[in-house]
Amino acid sequence: MSAQIPETPPITEVRVGPDIFRVLCWLASASAVAVLGWIIFEIVAEAYPAISKFGLGFLTSSAWVPNRENFGVLPFIVGTAASSFIAILLAFPLGLAIAIFLSENFLPPPVRQLIRFVVEMLAAIPSVVYGLWGIFVVIPLVREFGNWAVVNLPGVPLLSGPAYGNSMLTASLVLALMILPTITAISRNSLTAVPKTLREGAYALGATRWEAILGVILPTAAPGVVAATILALGRAMGETMAVAMLIGNSSRLSWSLLSPGGTLAGLLANQFGEADGLQVSALMYAALILVVITLGVNLIGEVVLRYTQKQTAGIR
Amino acid sequence: MKTKLTLPLAALVAIVAAGSTVQAQQLSGAGATFPAPLYQRWGAEYSKLHPSVQVNYQSVGSGAGVKNFTAGVVDFGASDAAMTDAEIAKVANGVVLIPATAGEIVYAYNLPGVESLNLSREAMAGIYLGKVTKWNDPLIAKDNAGVTLPNLPIQASYRSDGSGTTFVFTQHLSAISPEFADQIGADKSVTFPVGVGGKGNEGVTALVQQAPGAVGYVEYGYAKNNGLKMANLQNKSGNFVSPNLENAAATLANVVMPENLRVWPVDPEGPNDYPIVSFTWLLLNKKYKDAAKVKALKEFVAWGLTDGQKFSEELGYVPLPAPVVEKAQAALATVQ
Repeated sequence: MSAQIPETPPITEVRVGPDIFRVLCWLASASAVAVLGWIIFEIVAEAYPAISKFGLGFLTSSAWVPNRENFGVLPFIVGTAASSFIAILLAFPLGLAIAIFLSENFLPPPVRQLIRFVVEMLAAIPSVVYGLWGIFVVIPLVREFGNWAVVNLPGVPLLSGPAYGNSMLTASLVLALMILPTITAISRNSLTAVPKTLREGAYALGATRWEAILGVILPTAAPGVVAATILALGRAMGETMAVAMLIGNSSRLSWSLLSPGGTLAGLLANQFGEADGLQVSALMYAALILVVITLGVNLIGEVVLRYTQKQTAGIR
Repeated sequence: MKTKLTLPLAALVAIVAAGSTVQAQQLSGAGATFPAPLYQRWGAEYSKLHPSVQVNYQSVGSGAGVKNFTAGVVDFGASDAAMTDAEIAKVANGVVLIPATAGEIVYAYNLPGVESLNLSREAMAGIYLGKVTKWNDPLIAKDNAGVTLPNLPIQASYRSDGSGTTFVFTQHLSAISPEFADQIGADKSVTFPVGVGGKGNEGVTALVQQAPGAVGYVEYGYAKNNGLKMANLQNKSGNFVSPNLENAAATLANVVMPENLRVWPVDPEGPNDYPIVSFTWLLLNKKYKDAAKVKALKEFVAWGLTDGQKFSEELGYVPLPAPVVEKAQAALATVQ
């Protein structure tokens, strides 16, 4: 052992640089927590008149009648959940398929890069542009489909008439497209991060390509795919502008996807400007519910992520 | 060399001197979105005539306009719903309401092949109550002899955001239909039992433009600029009146102005009166601290009430009738 390993110097001298850095890091992380707490405190304080007046009935009442000071957000909670759920339902299989397609060697690398770039560019399009595109492209298509469905598929409650262009279905379709790049990009990253040895091992054992993808690669990348889906769900729930432009902004509950609906974020965007008195409190209460729902989704996501990480730890 | 320098130097001195004597007077206002294009045009035109005055109007909505004005962060406010007595009581420096222009609200519709449509008072309310759901409903057909109305569902379109337009519209429907007053009522933001909501006049315009069978209430200017067809509405005398500026002017001419200048022709009675017309107001304080500012503000508003009215028509607003202008000028004179 002639090679000298330099001994770590004993920590005796005063190291100002690292200490300042540590303090700064502490301040930065503490302020992030403090800002979240502050936001929630402000919302609760502003919402208090509505909270004390309506209590939990606010969540289960479907009357949103500002001029009669009667407020309930059930239709908007249902609308938020339904539109993001349908969007995930559509975007998850498609996004995952694209991610697999782009992470395996189906295509020559330059073409793969190009497709990846284009899909990720979808995330850079501003929300209002999606809204305009939805108005001019998706709404006419959905209206055509709706009119056809009402006549040809009677008795299906999800497709009952009258069919509107501005509807839950339109909003969900555009939302699905908006969250597609989130699902694709993060899933693709975790798929390409699967160790090469695992792939080679699978093929060496005689697995076909599909067996390797479904049996080895996907399970290994599962935590990343789950994280992608949850991030996408969070974006879909909070999306405001495009949804407000497309969903039809009604506070009526309906089973039909062809009927207009509303979301919490859309409600806030629509009504805040001209609200006064109790309506402001009610809107703040609705904002509080939206915050609680999105925080809840993220917490659940974290739990699921840890669970899947534990489950797949053996094969990584 | 010396002569070459003196000329620009002299010019520079002149500019500096001019700048110091004529200090730019900033007037800031905020409020209703509906008259915003007109007020912004007034600001631009007025600055051309009086370069020393700059008017900055932000269209933030009537409600926000009243809030900003009450808080004193702007020199003047603007509101389609004027101000209530309770709101006026909160303003320490007092409030003078000045009607500045007027607009009409139309039923814009999208029915291919139907060039002219009459809507009775019953039909107007019935559509938004969800009682009339098809275009060939007998209630609509009976007033449209000779017009082939399609068997299309009616897509009633409304404002999803709080709006002075909704306030004026629901106020009229509440006046003509007790059922509407009972079930829906009049406010800036109400809940309709049918239909689909769009944000802003432009949102409702897009809803109507896109869907065959759609009908929506929008400001006349928006419907006109976007080439939407507008229904003739039945007024109190029973006549079907088209929403042209002449008929709106007829409505305004019959309005009796009260002392505080806050009035809505909720259900006008004249034979040619277009039924849904409303003034929109500028909100001024009774007293201002800055004498130079109040002078500039009064001159600007006085110009808007007279010369400014000629921009109304091309932008889709109804010019104020002479008696209203006189009363507005008298009210303006009380501002100190």
